[in-house]
Amino acid sequence: MAVINVNGKALNHNADPRTPLLWVLREQLGLTGTKYGCGIAQCGACTVLIDGAPTRSCQAPVNSIGAKKVVTIEGLAADGKLNKIQAAWVAVDVPQCGYCQSGMVMAATALLAAKPNPTDADIDSAMTNICRCGTYVQVREAIHAAAKA
Amino acid sequence: MTIHQTSLGRRRFLVSSAAVAGGFSLAFSIPFDADAQSPVKELNAWVVIHPDDKVVIRIARSEMGQGTLTGLCQLAAEELECDWTKVTWEYPTPNENVKRNRVWKNFSTGGSRGIRESNHYVREGGAMAREMLLAAAAAEWKVPAGELKVDKGVITHSSGKKTTYGAVAAAAAQLEPPKEVKLKDPKDWKIAGKPVKRLDTLDKVTGKQLYGIDFTMPGMLVAAVRACPVIGGKLKSFDAARVEKMPGVKKVVAIDGNAVVVVADTYWNARTALAALPTDWDIGKLGEVQTETINAMLKEGLDASEAFVGNKVGDAKTAIDGAAKKVTATYSFPYQHHVTMEPMNATARYTPEKCEVWCGTQNGEAALAAASEASGLPTDKCDVHKMLLGGGFGRRGRSDYVRQAVLVAKEMPGMPAKLIWSREEDMTHCQYHPTTMAKLTGGLDAQGNLVGLHIRISGQSILASLLPQNLQNGMDPVVFQGLMASGVESAYGYTVPNLLIDHAMRNPHITAGFWRGVNTNQNAVYMESFMDELADAAGQDPLAFRLKLLKPKWAAVLKAAADKAGYGKPLPAGHFHGLAQVMGYGSYVAGVAEVSVSPDGALKIHKITAATNCGHVVNPAQIERQVAGSFAYGLSAALYGEITVKDGAVEQTNFDSYNLMRIDEMPKVETVLVPTGDFWGGVGEPTIAVAAPSVLNAIARATGKRVRNLPLMHHELQKAS
Ligand code: FES
Ligand code: FES
Repeated sequence: MAVINVNGKALNHNADPRTPLLWVLREQLGLTGTKYGCGIAQCGACTVLIDGAPTRSCQAPVNSIGAKKVVTIEGLAADGKLNKIQAAWVAVDVPQCGYCQSGMVMAATALLAAKPNPTDADIDSAMTNICRCGTYVQVREAIHAAAKA
Repeated sequence: MTIHQTSLGRRRFLVSSAAVAGGFSLAFSIPFDADAQSPVKELNAWVVIHPDDKVVIRIARSEMGQGTLTGLCQLAAEELECDWTKVTWEYPTPNENVKRNRVWKNFSTGGSRGIRESNHYVREGGAMAREMLLAAAAAEWKVPAGELKVDKGVITHSSGKKTTYGAVAAAAAQLEPPKEVKLKDPKDWKIAGKPVKRLDTLDKVTGKQLYGIDFTMPGMLVAAVRACPVIGGKLKSFDAARVEKMPGVKKVVAIDGNAVVVVADTYWNARTALAALPTDWDIGKLGEVQTETINAMLKEGLDASEAFVGNKVGDAKTAIDGAAKKVTATYSFPYQHHVTMEPMNATARYTPEKCEVWCGTQNGEAALAAASEASGLPTDKCDVHKMLLGGGFGRRGRSDYVRQAVLVAKEMPGMPAKLIWSREEDMTHCQYHPTTMAKLTGGLDAQGNLVGLHIRISGQSILASLLPQNLQNGMDPVVFQGLMASGVESAYGYTVPNLLIDHAMRNPHITAGFWRGVNTNQNAVYMESFMDELADAAGQDPLAFRLKLLKPKWAAVLKAAADKAGYGKPLPAGHFHGLAQVMGYGSYVAGVAEVSVSPDGALKIHKITAATNCGHVVNPAQIERQVAGSFAYGLSAALYGEITVKDGAVEQTNFDSYNLMRIDEMPKVETVLVPTGDFWGGVGEPTIAVAAPSVLNAIARATGKRVRNLPLMHHELQKAS
């Protein structure tokens, strides 16, 4: 048994220490909001915050997490209230299929925490997630809307 | 089945995740035997109204991001005259459809047909339910139904009487449905035609939305699969003993003679063991196939004497031979991969009495047929519980992954198994967008009029690959999408006095399939790029040159895009416009791309202006999103999309070798809707076809160089010197 801190709770898991955090979240902790897209840190579908930093959990072995604090998509509205990014996502009606959107929301949440008023160039460099439905126009609009909210 | 909905009208059982720890509980309900025991009776197959006024609309088509479920709910709600804020939805299952004599008709969700093909009967379902609800209130109040008014599900009478749909629904459900109903004039629409928000957004921003890959149930095992890397090859041998003792491994099996599967307690354990499993494949002569040999095969077809004729007017060869000026160019379009963000997966549970599948699919009925075939049980003993799709794009119209999941489940009766394809498995075992080439030859008279045109297409047929029974005397009519002589689906818009469009079929072993937009994609690249080449040769503006030849509906939409984009007016220094138009999926679309190319060859796509005439607009906000998404999809293919073959196998294995467009390359998109109200056209696909050619035409203006082979990443785009 090992313990990791996810969404403010200390949780036990019995995965092999080299298992990527992504699969520990999904298969051991029942947190399936974090998605598998590529497994090689290319697409961003698996993005979580580790001590606030947006991290691709498919390339983070669970034994590298230690005492760091992990926040997943399920942890953003923990008190039942959507965070600014989520609220803007709903207002702009961003998702299409939705599969990439957990990662998008996590990356945008981290961006806004670092830069409360991001420029288009900031968005271009921070939001490297892949969306095959092509929600990019709405993602940009929603980040700007969240910054103003 | 519905997972996230709170529909109470069905008998349910609770499923809890077995793998829960730390107080997380993943629970959801699964209905079965629709309404057999339900306290709430349906008004008809499409509409269920609960005592609390909640309206459940049944959706047979699959939601994969395209917004069909919201659009169909709008249409049903419009006729129903219910309160939109009370509308929720659920999927009937394909098994229920079988049992009820296909009351929900077609489940297939492809060809941008979700709304245009089913709107009529879904609207009728709403209208009939409305009539029954009014009749029930009228009977209760003993007044003629014609004296009643309804607004947002509240029924009133001039006497002051008032009730709600929820209060009369049970009585209404006992009534005979009306024989006939009159549908509203779209001019009177209040819910349909409006930019209402999607019904499926909230769970997608909180992580609650479950896709097939997220499905879990008690005792479920997880399987990782590896099929022969060469499509069509066979499994020779594998050494199960080498991995059977690895952590979590339960079983190692071969399926279909061409794949190995490791079943374990978790996907990660299954995948880790599969990676360590020695396998030997029999690929025979297929191992000699390379991209170069495929290209040579297609090149030969460009001048072959035999070809299927798809569109013929007059005598193109004679007209071209006698023309004052002759223009010829050869184009090519490579294989593409769909790349749904959610890799293929399905969960199955088999017993000798019953086979059930949980998955995302674009075609519930085809998935049911696949489950039946793989399990050996008749369809009435099988069912498919549809999950939302993490992308479809045509890929999830096939049921190969469903078959595999059922074959694995059959190896361990009673035990549910979820089979997940790795991204690598997904990249290398697709039904790819076919590869074709085209040689175009045009003849201009002395005044620059197009007097003859020959388009020879050479390349792969999707029907030959997937549905050979649908070939017509060997010919694949789908190859001519966007170039067909006539029809409501994808007709050619230009009037050319002498025209020949023909196809030399050349089928490599790589499986071809339906890829969002299908054959309109490359056909529009060929046709619309060559139109610019012809306009240049004629010394005419490409817009004016096209408008002289285009039929009215095609011309109108191109003009709408050009006007909105300010085509012909001055642009910022170094910016250039390019045009393209096509008719596809029953709709007329056009795009104007604005690009610049820096001195060192860097391409920037600044803006796209896109016009659409889809006949009726059900949700303008969703159309806008489909149009923008279509450009993301089409431009990603134009910039990077290319599947190549080495020693018979697909070379690209993940996103590091198959690059995809990100937000930094996404242009601004302005959408112009010019609906003419006289037909129903599709929206999810047609626009993709104008993405690449509009950009290619703009690049040619910017650089003086014509790119005729995609993807763009292989081309140096500096100005021609
Ligand atoms: S799954 Fe981690 S970046 Fe794609
Ligand atoms: S919304 Fe479907 S992949 Fe982004």
